[in-house]
Amino acid sequence: MDSATSEAAVEAAARTPLGATADNGLKIVVVGGFGVGKTTLVRSVSEIRPLNTEETMTQAGEHIDDISEVRGKTATTVAFDFGRITLDARNVLYLFGAPGQERFWFLWDRLFSGTLGAVVLVDTRRIDDSWYAIDRLEHHGTPFIVACNDFGGPTYAPSRIRDALDLDPQVPLVDCDARSRASGKQVLITLVEHVRNTYAPQASLREQELTR
Amino acid sequence: MSRPGRDDSPDRLYTLTGGRAHATPDSPFDLVTLVVAECDPTTGMQSEHAAILRLTRLPTAVVELAAELKLPVSITKILLGDLLAAGRVSARHPRKAAVPDPDVLEQVLVGLRNL
Ligand SMILES: Nc1nc2c(ncn2[C@@H]2O[C@H](COP(=O)(O)OP(=O)(O)OP(=O)(O)O)[C@@H](O)[C@H]2O)c(=O)[nH]1
Ligand SMILES: [Mg+2]
Repeated sequence: MDSATSEAAVEAAARTPLGATADNGLKIVVVGGFGVGKTTLVRSVSEIRPLNTEETMTQAGEHIDDISEVRGKTATTVAFDFGRITLDARNVLYLFGAPGQERFWFLWDRLFSGTLGAVVLVDTRRIDDSWYAIDRLEHHGTPFIVACNDFGGPTYAPSRIRDALDLDPQVPLVDCDARSRASGKQVLITLVEHVRNTYAPQASLREQELTR
Repeated sequence: MSRPGRDDSPDRLYTLTGGRAHATPDSPFDLVTLVVAECDPTTGMQSEHAAILRLTRLPTAVVELAAELKLPVSITKILLGDLLAAGRVSARHPRKAAVPDPDVLEQVLVGLRNL
């Protein structure tokens, strides 16, 4: 084996590549305050070890060519982690753990544009930490569900949590254990069902228009 | 875990992309665009370009490439843009629509339930 092939073999062994027919990447974002278990949830359901990368975002949305500006204040570096779920021969779902620091959140709707929906992870001991995420998602019109991650704290009646979050009655509220694959899977299913229900009226309207 | 790009001086990233610090806003690449190599790396090729061609023998998302290359996503998109323009890779973009395709949502649900 020459060195080029062995190098390729090492790379292939270290990674789990997608199948050759994969052609549609989908996104779901996990948001929430610092340390609520976003990375843990991504890890529980991902088929790959979560990877970490970063994106440089310019704040006003303008694009900059000049490297001196990158060094200056106009660029913010946002680090995030992500995992992957192969759904079928064509569809592959990427799960993004948004950065916990609030100062980055004004960027995340651009960073994760085109996302199917979002999971807001909540630690019921620190409910206020989720207000900002919910506010941004409502503002952006991104469908989302709220998942209360079980840190062994006191359990509250769903109605109390809904009140505390001022949650729209349509938005599903579930309990989860981010460390459990089965629980994480259920959270994702709940989100996608909610996304489907959210868009169902529009989709059937479009169908009617097409058949007219 | 060391984060990509952390140890890279802006100058290195600047050189890597021939002075283009950021993907232009009209970059065709999404974070989850799947990239596929259309040729093998050749000797003398920029090493990052060669690495991308090795990593994309099977479809690989932009964000995975960035993580594997330990480069910021914006720089990765510039490198990919060069390869795309030269016909060395092809891109399978996410199917974007104002409203997600109900058939795709069903496929996602089936896939998740099968996990
Ligand atoms: N008891 C308990 N601990 C958890 C649970 N989920 C996560 N943890 C722990 O909480 C800590 C923080 O979890 P992370 O997944 O790193 O949280 P994060 O939201 O990604 O944190 P940042 O990215 O720093 O904002 C870790 O030590 C986890 O092991 C859970 O469901 N129950
Ligand atoms: Mg995290």
